Parts: sequence; C-alpha cells; structure tokens
Amino acid sequence: MDLAVKVRRYDPEAKEPIPYWSEYKVEVDEYTTVLDTLINIREDIDGTLSLRCSCRSAICGSCSMRVNGHAQLACKTRVSEIAPDGGSVTIEPMGNMEVIKDLVVDMTPFWDKVKAVDPWLQPEGPEPEGEYLAPNEDMLHLAGVMGCILCGACVSDCTVLEVDSNFLGPAALAKAYRFVADPRDSQEKPRLDSLRQYSGIWDCTRCMECVQVCPKGVAPMDRIMVMRDLAMNAGFDKEIGARHTDAFVELVSHSGRLDELKLPVKTVGMFNIRAMQSFAPVGLRALVRGKMPPIFHKMLPNVENVRRIFRKLEPKK
Amino acid sequence: MSKYAFFPGCVSRGGCPELYPAAMQVCRRLGIELEEMVGASCTGAGVLQEKNQFLGDVLNARTFAMAEWMGLPIMTICSTCQGVMSQANKRLTDDPEYLARVNAELAEEYLEYKGTTVVKHLLWIIIEDIGVETLKTHVRNPLTHLKVAPFYGCYILRPSNALGFKDYPGRETSLEELIEAIGGEVVNFSGKSRCCGFPILTINEANSVAMVGKHTSEAADMGADAMVTPCPLCHLNLDGYQPKAMAQSQRKTNLPILHLPQLMGLAMGLDPDELGLQKHIISTGDLVSKAVPA
Repeated sequence: MDLAVKVRRYDPEAKEPIPYWSEYKVEVDEYTTVLDTLINIREDIDGTLSLRCSCRSAICGSCSMRVNGHAQLACKTRVSEIAPDGGSVTIEPMGNMEVIKDLVVDMTPFWDKVKAVDPWLQPEGPEPEGEYLAPNEDMLHLAGVMGCILCGACVSDCTVLEVDSNFLGPAALAKAYRFVADPRDSQEKPRLDSLRQYSGIWDCTRCMECVQVCPKGVAPMDRIMVMRDLAMNAGFDKEIGARHTDAFVELVSHSGRLDELKLPVKTVGMFNIRAMQSFAPVGLRALVRGKMPPIFHKMLPNVENVRRIFRKLEPKK
Repeated sequence: MSKYAFFPGCVSRGGCPELYPAAMQVCRRLGIELEEMVGASCTGAGVLQEKNQFLGDVLNARTFAMAEWMGLPIMTICSTCQGVMSQANKRLTDDPEYLARVNAELAEEYLEYKGTTVVKHLLWIIIEDIGVETLKTHVRNPLTHLKVAPFYGCYILRPSNALGFKDYPGRETSLEELIEAIGGEVVNFSGKSRCCGFPILTINEANSVAMVGKHTSEAADMGADAMVTPCPLCHLNLDGYQPKAMAQSQRKTNLPILHLPQLMGLAMGLDPDELGLQKHIISTGDLVSKAVPA
C-alpha cells in the first residue's frame, strides 16, 4: 500500500529557522506502525529527519507525536488503522511544548511540573523492616494511574495549556493523584492543599482530551475530578471552583434543574462587588437582547422525587 | 415520522431561550415528532459528577427509565447533556450489578431502567435517522454564500468510546456533513474539536476568555461568516464572552455563533426573528442579510 506522509519540520540551525512541511511517498503494509514508517524515511529517504524513540513497544513513552492532529505513541499506531485505504498521514511534534528539532520537543517544563507535585511516597512513622504494606484492594484503584509512562500525550493535547502554560497539566496531576490516593502516603491533606491552589485541580476545563489520547488508559481528567472531591471533603471548600460545584449541586437538588441566574451569584457570593462588576456588562448585554433565563425559575413538576434522591445520596453537611 | 422523547436541557430555556423554539420549528419541518420529558431532571452537566458520580447516574437512569416507559429514544439538543447521558448510559449498561444498585434508588418512584434507552443528539438524528437527502429536500434557501466554522463541544466528541463512534464513525464529521448538506462551505479550522472554556468561566475567566478568543480568531482569520455549534454552553461562552475576548486580544472578530437549529432554520427558509437570531450578543444582522436574499 502506498502512503503519502506529511511531516512538520523545523531546523533551528537553518538560515531562516521557520517550520515547514516535508512530504514522503512510502510503501507500508497492514502491520507497519507510524514509527516504522518514520524510521524507514530517516534511514532510506531523508537522514536529516529527527525524532525520539526507544523501545518500540509502547513502554518507554519516547515517541509521542501528533498523528492526524491527535497525540499518540507512534510505535502503538498502525498506519492501516488511521489510513485504511492508503492516502495520507500528517505527523507533527507534540503540542504545548517548544520544538527543538522536527519531531523532538523540549520536555523540561513537563518534568518540572511532575517534580513539582513531589512524586514520591511520603509515609509516616518508623521505617518498617520490610516493604511498606497495603491491602491489595486499597491499591487496585491505583493500577490504572500507575500505568502512566510519562509520554506527554495528555499534555500535548491539553486545551488549558494552550492558553495558560502555568497550568500543572494532566500528567503532573495524574501523578499527584497516584500519591494522594495511596493508602501508604501520609501527606494527603498537604498535597491537596497545594493542588487546590491556582493552576492546579480547579483550572482543568474537563475537555477530556487527556482521557481520549492517553495510550495507557490513565484518564488524568477523571483523577483530577476525584481530587476535587477529596479536596472539598478535606475542608478545602472555599475555592471558587469548590463553591461552584457546591452551588450547582444545591440548586439542582432544590428544583431538579439548574437555575442559571443563581449559579454565578451563589458561586462568587452576592456581596463580592468585584466579581459582580465583572458579570455586569455580560448580564446587561444579555438583558438588552432578551437572552436571559426566566427570573422566576420553575421547579420540576415532580421535584420531590429528585429531592429524595439527593437527600439520601448527597445529604447536606 | 420519527418520534423521540425530547430532553431539552436546562440551558435551552434558560440562558439560551432562543434555542428551544428554533429546535421545535426545525423538527416540525423535518417531521420529527417530539414528546417532551417534563419530569426529567438536569443531567448534572459533569459538575455534579465531580462530587458524586453515583448520584448523577441515578438521576440519568431515572430519565432513561422514563423514556423506556414512553417507548421512545431520547433526543437532546445540547452536546453536554448528550455526553453526560452517554457516559452514564455506558456505565449503567456495561455492568448489571451497578445497574441494579442504581435501580434500587429508583424503586421508591416505581421506576426501573432496563438498559435499552438510546440517547441521540438532534445532529446525529438528522444524519443517521432522517438522512441528509431528506434534509436537502427541506432546504429552501441554500446557504451557498456562507462560510461556516463547525464547533462541536467536547462532550459530543470525547470520550469517543462512550459516544458510539465505533458503530457510527460519521459522528466525528457530522457537523461538517450537515453544513455542506444545507449548502454552506465548511471552514475546517483546528479549534473545531477543542474546548470553548465555559466550564472554567467562573473559576478562571482569563483562561476561559482566552479560549474564546483563540477559536473565534482562528475561524474569522480563515474567512468564516459564522460559527455553528450543537452545544448551547459553547454558544454562551463563544457568543456572550466574545466582546471580552475581543478586548483581551485587541482583535475584532464579531463572529456570529449560531445554534445548530438556527443555521438549519435559515436554510429551510424560516423567519430569522422566530429563530431568535436577534437575541445574540454578537449581532447576526450582516449574516442574515448575506444568508437570506432580500
């Protein structure tokens, strides 16, 4: 099967270092991976093509790159799956990271953020003679997140990092969860205290890109959501994100559907003048256009059935 | 005639009151019969699920059981409602023991979810159930002069294993297919599958507004006359916060953001005012003049 491969290139040592595209015609079969294809190009067609790779078995996490717009491990992706009838494949370096050359990106900020969450076990008490033991069933829920190979695919496609490079990001937060939720760790509360702060768990926009692209099923966003709940239960419930969640739950528990007028007011607080001033122009524009939720919010006709479910499953503190 | 249990969602009669009547008019034209689920609660929108996913699944199972009792598939008009319900439905139907635990919470209301309810967004219904060829027969005013940028909303795209993409691979490009069917030219911009920023609007407004600016600028730079979205939450941010995004980025985009049924309604020759196009924050006046011949 003939395939056209379009690769995003960048050479910092070129006279005019600007990104450009190279196109190659290659022959592939049913089992050829994207990585095989790139290595063949480098060895037989264009020795100047740079890429990272090592194990070729989806273990080392070196060969993450964007294939047809989404971050994937090149060694785990068969060309026949993404271009079943031949045609073309587009390959770019990972997003949200500086390109060093061609498909090689600078992962220094990635590692800095992973280091920032203290990614090691911090047990308390005297050191045991053997290993730190934990019941098997308490560790099972960590199996998925321990599967992380730090490939960077989630960071590449994170939509928050596209607009805010300070965000800790899905990989570091998934790593943080791995220790927050470890029954042998003694630092759950201090860890959550740090993670709840600016650029941490509440800045995730729940776009699920990280869940979609992770080649190992780590589901970073799901871990972030669990940490939000853990943080609130640990008493860190004054963050604006926590107040937003609490307000949402309270409003739906009351009327069965969301009262959109009350949600922002309850979240920021009626007497938060600065926040109210920020809402004012948007609210005013909406009012002028007749684009407002009803002032008198309607309850569900059978709301008592919904309230009963809330009373039982999410009792008020 | 196709009939559905209609789940309008909170926003279509709240922050986007123009969406509900626009959807009703378009469905009437296409012969889609709707029976509204007046007793169905909010899906939780992913926010409630942060705190208590089981509770969210009980509420959604309650809605699915009501639809089962009606003997109808559910129609949504919101990417977020669609995604949250699809994810809940997957958890409920993947694990009979979990479903039994959830059903135990519904017993007091004499409801039981058997696991058979299909939940479909209007976008998917048009492509898969009504068909593009039928849609074309209802087009009175092909949008041949319009360049339209699609914007899906995260929840109707990810995670794809909960949204039936394996059985319906066309869902990934359904919005483009629909734009072309009604005569428009698709503006294929990279932001179409990204996040509008709405979920963090009250939490980190600067980031949320930066997302609005990024997507509207990219589409406008590629010549888009309008953006269309099947998600009213994306609409709220991309339309309502575009003035702030313009101020933040010093870039005048003024890109009208249309709800899916509004764009279809224009092509079907429905009255722009009845479609609620005058209710948008970013004026749709120029767009309507371009789309509808005088």
